[in-house]
Amino acid sequence: MTKVTMTVNGKTVSGDVEGRTLLASFLRDDQGLTGTHIGCDTSQCGACVVHVDGVAVKSCTMLAAEADGATVDTIEGQANADGSLNVIQQAFQDHHGLQCGFCTPGMVMSAAALLKENPKPSEQEIREYLEGNICRCTGYHNIVKAIMAASGQDVTAIAAE
Amino acid sequence: MYNFDVETPVTVADAVAAMAAEDAQALGGGQTLIPTLKQRLASPSTLVSLKGVAEMQGITRDGDSLRIGGATTHATVAADGSYPALSALASHIGDPAVRNRGTIGGSLANNDPAACYPAAALASGATIATNTREIAADDYFQGMFDTALEEGEIITAVSFPIPQAANYQKFVQPASRFALVGVFVAKYADGVRVAVTGASNEGVFRWTEAEAALSANFSASALEGLSVSADNMIADLHGSAGYRAHLVKVMTGRAVTAAS
Repeated sequence: MTKVTMTVNGKTVSGDVEGRTLLASFLRDDQGLTGTHIGCDTSQCGACVVHVDGVAVKSCTMLAAEADGATVDTIEGQANADGSLNVIQQAFQDHHGLQCGFCTPGMVMSAAALLKENPKPSEQEIREYLEGNICRCTGYHNIVKAIMAASGQDVTAIAAE
Repeated sequence: MYNFDVETPVTVADAVAAMAAEDAQALGGGQTLIPTLKQRLASPSTLVSLKGVAEMQGITRDGDSLRIGGATTHATVAADGSYPALSALASHIGDPAVRNRGTIGGSLANNDPAACYPAAALASGATIATNTREIAADDYFQGMFDTALEEGEIITAVSFPIPQAANYQKFVQPASRFALVGVFVAKYADGVRVAVTGASNEGVFRWTEAEAALSANFSASALEGLSVSADNMIADLHGSAGYRAHLVKVMTGRAVTAAS
């Protein structure tokens, strides 16, 4: 076992991990942060996306030991300080950007990463950026719409589908 | 996954020392290796993470040569733009989260027969630098998942001569998004090089007939009359050997037309 220490959602945490412990497992099992989902466990689906040192990564395909000393942000740290939904989360609610909700944490984290590097993405850019996030309810239309709305773009002309 | 120890060296020297452990395996970004470990297709005793080795990070340009540290991520190469065709290639590997972890050294060390970077390295006549030597791309790729790397040898950097014009065309396999066939064309003062990934059972290879034709006339029309043999092409449910052979010519033509 190796001791790892990292900053998760602004809080310093540490724990003893095996070499093979995935970052996703450390977050879920050691830290109780079960908002990060493990869908495919093969780095395809993106339900496990978190931010490590500010960039989106698939936490099922990164070892906890590799995150030693890193800053990690998960879906649990996304809400505003007063507990209300942040602008992306609120847009997902307003535009019905989720159906079963399983993929939603990864979608929100990928959306946050996208908007950080591209504050006003086009629909095409959003769809390309979400290549590694799979929604098995196939609810992509409203997810894309929610991200456009979250970036302050007018989505009234986009029909509900 | 079987369990293993994780070493996190910060210098190449320390990484090489850690690789001396029995059944040690280098870990780049892990975007192929970690899924492989989950499948129990590999069982190293020690993983030596190269991500923290500062001297293997980043990109430096020296005239017409671009040196990319072995632990540099696809996202960093995509954002660089000094060698536009190479950055474009990097920007279409995997997905954004994969590009934030996966590294050029990891991709070249693994030498997946459908990976993108081997085509760029071979078509550019790149030089693969390791902790012990420099290897020309022509000598480096030795078949599917096979390279000139010795046991414990680490790719520390890759140097690309920047061409006058280049382009990479990838025909994606629709499920994996790896290259069903990918062709990288690079035009230099002393001639054109064409490298093909995804197609052959031997891994990445140069299409020398096309190189000769394109060196004389850098136009897709120069490929008319050439054909690619289907012998030893990969055949699977995504495409027959003949289909891949046909695609090699089509994608080469598109790359030449798009080269800038």
